[in-house]
Amino acid sequence: MDKGLTRVLRIDLTKKRSWVEERPDLFEKALGGAGVAIELLHELCPKGADPLSPENPIILAVGPLNPLFPLASKAVAMFKSPHTGNLGESHCGGRAALALRLAGFGALVIQGRSEVPVYLTVHRGRVQFRDARALWGLSSSLTVGRVLREIEPGSGARTILRIGRAGERLVTYATVIAETYRHFGRLGLGAVFGSKNLKALVISGTGTIPIPDPPRYQKLYRDLWERATRSDLMRKYHDLGTAQNIRPLNHIGALPVRNLLATAYDQEPAFSGERLAEGFLGRRLACSACPVACIHLAILREPHPHEPYFYKTTFVSYDHEPLYALGSMLGMKRAEDVLKLIDAVEVWGMDAITTGVVLAWATEAFSRGLISERETGGLRPAWGQPEPYLEMIRRIANREGEFYTALGQGVRVASARYGGEEFALHFGGNEMPGYHTGPGALLTYLSGARHSHLDSAGYAVDQECLQRGASLSPEELAQRLFAEEARRQVLSSLVVCFFARGIYDSETIRAALATLGVERSTQDLQTLGVQILRRKHAFKQREGFELATLPIPKRALQTPTPRGTVEEAFLRRALGEMQRLLEGEHGMA
Amino acid sequence: MPKRLAVVDPGRCVDCLLCALACSRRFGEGGLARSAIAVRSVGGVEHGFVVIVCRACPDPPCAASCPVGAITKAPVGVRVQPDRCIGCRTCVLACPFGAVHWDEESNKPVICVHCGLCASFCPHGVIALEEVGSG
Repeated sequence: MDKGLTRVLRIDLTKKRSWVEERPDLFEKALGGAGVAIELLHELCPKGADPLSPENPIILAVGPLNPLFPLASKAVAMFKSPHTGNLGESHCGGRAALALRLAGFGALVIQGRSEVPVYLTVHRGRVQFRDARALWGLSSSLTVGRVLREIEPGSGARTILRIGRAGERLVTYATVIAETYRHFGRLGLGAVFGSKNLKALVISGTGTIPIPDPPRYQKLYRDLWERATRSDLMRKYHDLGTAQNIRPLNHIGALPVRNLLATAYDQEPAFSGERLAEGFLGRRLACSACPVACIHLAILREPHPHEPYFYKTTFVSYDHEPLYALGSMLGMKRAEDVLKLIDAVEVWGMDAITTGVVLAWATEAFSRGLISERETGGLRPAWGQPEPYLEMIRRIANREGEFYTALGQGVRVASARYGGEEFALHFGGNEMPGYHTGPGALLTYLSGARHSHLDSAGYAVDQECLQRGASLSPEELAQRLFAEEARRQVLSSLVVCFFARGIYDSETIRAALATLGVERSTQDLQTLGVQILRRKHAFKQREGFELATLPIPKRALQTPTPRGTVEEAFLRRALGEMQRLLEGEHGMA
Repeated sequence: MPKRLAVVDPGRCVDCLLCALACSRRFGEGGLARSAIAVRSVGGVEHGFVVIVCRACPDPPCAASCPVGAITKAPVGVRVQPDRCIGCRTCVLACPFGAVHWDEESNKPVICVHCGLCASFCPHGVIALEEVGSG
């Protein structure tokens, strides 16, 4: 295995000290990425740690395939989540993975807390602590990126990870933004940065990775490149991007609308992938090492409020999830309005999914009289109206007053305080993603390690069952999702983008690792996936998580899916089976 | 006719870096240390990219500037003779495009040899081999 990969860069913000640890043991055991990161989290995060205390570690990790194979483009972050209070895991594209690997590290760990705001740089493998007092409190994360881009070296082979105001103010779902438009988006890594007085992390890397078997490597690379560029995957994600989901989900009645009071618009939403591509698409971008270029930037052209013939132009990155959360979930009608909301969460640095679900909950709570203008500070949230939402986003990011401070902790906290738990759409404390396809999706949200749609993609099982007119028993569904989530642990340890899951089957992964001198059988890989998943579950249990008693929001059970209304008993049985699988035959790993 | 690597349309570049990574594979290695082609954003990714690579000048200033004659003109572009190079970086300053890249590990310049491997991995038609004098 490449010796550069097994090096872990350790940084202590309290003592302003950095050092390198050689950890071949971890990388031999778990390859890299999520597999290594969860081991480091077990080692370095004390039981019961306050996620916003100095002792919570920030762990970034890459794997043996970054950036050596097509779509091996992701970096993994692990930490204790200030949003859910247990496992924090988030994946990011952009240049983060390339920069960290070519800086000569497989993982990077940040602990402690600086007394003054700092940002960290890693250039030529060396860490420097830099004064960030002038950057602290800037209203736009975009400005932070622009300033660092200009004053820091390494252009073209670096990642600029930074937080916005929401991260500084410890909004529990604050993001870390990379290169603009990519994120460690979910579960609040931005707040962990903020709690450490860490404004940004710049890593540049242009190193070499030795290849033990160049001819086989070259041949396999070409083969995978051709499969990636000629596959349906390429067309699906390149042409319309993930926004291509909006139209079909709306068509089958699986698009959450107005806090899941409905599941479709009467007509195709103005912010479907097709309509955005026709009217707004201005540029496409790729993560490093990816030929697909799924990142879609819209051009938002806004007239000056008073002067004629005077416009400002903003680029806004759109994907399915932000379009759902800040679009359909809020009953938005105009594409321009959705783009404005997406831009706002980018500027303040908040998770788009959670922000949208929080605003949707607040709108329904307001309409039912659970909260009034007294709480909202005179604002009247209403479906389809962007102006109150833009102002609410600003107040959440700044934690203005008791109500917006509660909103800044998600719908679990807000509904516990103000009521409306039955329509507070969170699963394990994490807000709902944009698929109401059936029991598969709900089981993924409930049981996935991150409570995210990407954990085990139950929505894909739902859509497949819908097409084939098939149905699965609760146990069969749990088994299917467990196997899928286990398989994804291997991908996120390599670290390959989940969009490439159709290309990277076990045999392909085995062959790719072999060209790098890493010998693993397909059976080894399957076993590893299950082990990593169980290690994550063990961490969550250690921090008090209980799968069996997880609350299920009533709204998700009442609103029919294309596969009908989902019964709670069905999900409870599936959760029981999932727990059995996660704990293994011999108890916890 | 000899061929040179041409940047056909940087407006289509998506910053995937597959060109730069392909260049390193010439040497049977991964990474970017000896890549002769680089991509940088023009003031942020939203404003697009520049592709920085040798344009095969008819009268190359990098060769003219080398104090020890380690860079010589080739039928297309230039060739570097690493054994002669003293690592002074004068060639880097001589190129107005910044297309003389630097291998920090060996302390020698890296300049595109116009083999075209990178172009065969560009998914979006940004770069291509074209006959010298055609563009």
